Amino acid sequence: MGKTIIEKIIQAHSRDEAAPGKIVWMDLDIRSARDFGGPNVVKHYDQEYGDAPLADKSKTFFTFDLCAPACTLKYADNQQACRDFARKHGVEVFDVDKGIGSHVLMEEGLARPGGTVVGTDSHMNILGAVGCLGQGMGDVDITFAFKTGKTWFEVPQTVKVVLRGMHSPYADPKDLTLYLCKEMGTQSLALRAAEFYGPAATSLDFAGRITLCSMITEMAGIIGFVSAEEVPAVLMPAELSDEQFSLFQADPDASYADVIEINVEGLPPQVAVPFSPNNVRPVAEVRGTRIDSGFIGSCTNGRTEDLVRAADVLNGKKVKKGVMLKCVPATRRVYQELLERGILEILFRSGAIVLNPGCGGCAEGHAGLTGKGEVQISTGNRNFSGKQGKGKTYLASPAVVAASCIRGEIVAPEEF
Amino acid sequence: MRETALRGKIWVLLDKTGKLIEDIDTDQIFHNAHLHITDISEMGPYAFGNLEGWKDFSTKCGEGDIVVAGRNFGAGSSRQQAVDCLIALKVGAVIAPSFSAIYFRNAVNSGFPVLRIINLEAMVTSGKLKTGDLVEMDVKSGQGTNLAQKLPLRAEPMSAVQVEIYMAGNVFEYGKILDTKF
Ligand code: SF4
Repeated sequence: MGKTIIEKIIQAHSRDEAAPGKIVWMDLDIRSARDFGGPNVVKHYDQEYGDAPLADKSKTFFTFDLCAPACTLKYADNQQACRDFARKHGVEVFDVDKGIGSHVLMEEGLARPGGTVVGTDSHMNILGAVGCLGQGMGDVDITFAFKTGKTWFEVPQTVKVVLRGMHSPYADPKDLTLYLCKEMGTQSLALRAAEFYGPAATSLDFAGRITLCSMITEMAGIIGFVSAEEVPAVLMPAELSDEQFSLFQADPDASYADVIEINVEGLPPQVAVPFSPNNVRPVAEVRGTRIDSGFIGSCTNGRTEDLVRAADVLNGKKVKKGVMLKCVPATRRVYQELLERGILEILFRSGAIVLNPGCGGCAEGHAGLTGKGEVQISTGNRNFSGKQGKGKTYLASPAVVAASCIRGEIVAPEEF
Repeated sequence: MRETALRGKIWVLLDKTGKLIEDIDTDQIFHNAHLHITDISEMGPYAFGNLEGWKDFSTKCGEGDIVVAGRNFGAGSSRQQAVDCLIALKVGAVIAPSFSAIYFRNAVNSGFPVLRIINLEAMVTSGKLKTGDLVEMDVKSGQGTNLAQKLPLRAEPMSAVQVEIYMAGNVFEYGKILDTKF
């Protein structure tokens, strides 16, 4: 019988039969740990394996992104413990200047189409954007992966999600993604992989695929893939060739646990209201909600394309007095592109703050937190109570965040 | 070689209405108020310490006893203590129709048997598996007998992977012998 995308990737990395429900041993192309989880990996490794060598140091990495550079002593200690371990074992560190680990792995061509990657990051399944099986795991699992280069994995069932129609020209990949969070909640994809079909999905560029795939975690899914065949090579990072990308498409006779059709025709911009990413409404319904601050960045919306969309709205305008807008590029490469294309200057002149690449603004990291009573509109992926401080967070697209920061209240970008 | 045969009493986690409790999360299994405890031997008393109706579980449970729960057991956080507190009590296994992905991984990595019976709810509803039933089972094959009711008891067999890690003791020990395996 035919196989789905995830079944094919697993099969290419395992001697066991990769059928849904089966637990197999899977070879890992890349294993990584970040500045959260990483220190525990180091501790377990020292305790359990001592000086014994890693399975393959050239496939093992540390990525520091949560607090970059470290703004608490805890993170400073954590990062240093990982650096010391890395030096001892000859492991490369993508340090605090490099950006969000999962994005760096894609840019460096380490997370490749058809590959397998694990890390201590619950959004590692974002690598589905390049057709790579990425999975976030706990420190015990990652320690074992460092030592052996393998992990055991239960092959999930796959759900086929077919998008009908095209969203409105004012909506973008984030609006589409939020709408899918609303429609599917945390049940439809729970413990399953998803494959997305239909022009609204397959026409997504690299950044758009990243946005969609980053929020599969919020839908409780294992990972999401966009049908591979129609990805133009130019949309992929330079290192990745389209030839490799087309390696893994589902077989025509692959079997799916479910087929879900979702109509997105004319979809307007969306906002997730506090305190759940699945609590989604059209912007029009919350229009006029006063905000204190905005954030554009995170693994969901920190690509060049995202900041360009924000800059298009902000160009020649000013962030409203009393409102704070923070922009955090996903990676140093994105930062460089923004610099070279004059985007940083547009952001700067609008009054936005631009910070060092990384997770800052999403987690508790280097871009600050919200205070009690603060209302924030963010391009991140989670707005659970307490996630970014004591305030309330609305989730939206870069364009909606930019427009809202100019107005000082939630507003749709088409009004600009 | 580790024993795979198990003999113990069944504890069916029912709510007040007599329904199998679903979605038992890690805060109900091991509450975050006790996360500072790092020594396994001290974790037992807190097992199910926050699960309505089952807060005294640790005083009732005997060595090798088997916990039966509803679907999505172990939802929520990734805390290892939610597995370790059951190991501390020498619980023999947890049986449920399904487990959260992280809980399942943590349990398997610790060499703790987590077994699935898809139609568990029906068995419980029809009284074919009750609290207090003495059962015998082989955690590896999933085959067993409900001695109290003279009925067969069948869980899904452990996967080859689960067996390998179980036999080694835990995933770290397995990592040490792996070179000889692959
Ligand atoms: S941006 Fe947020 S969700 Fe994404 S990897 Fe960083 S901390 Fe995790």
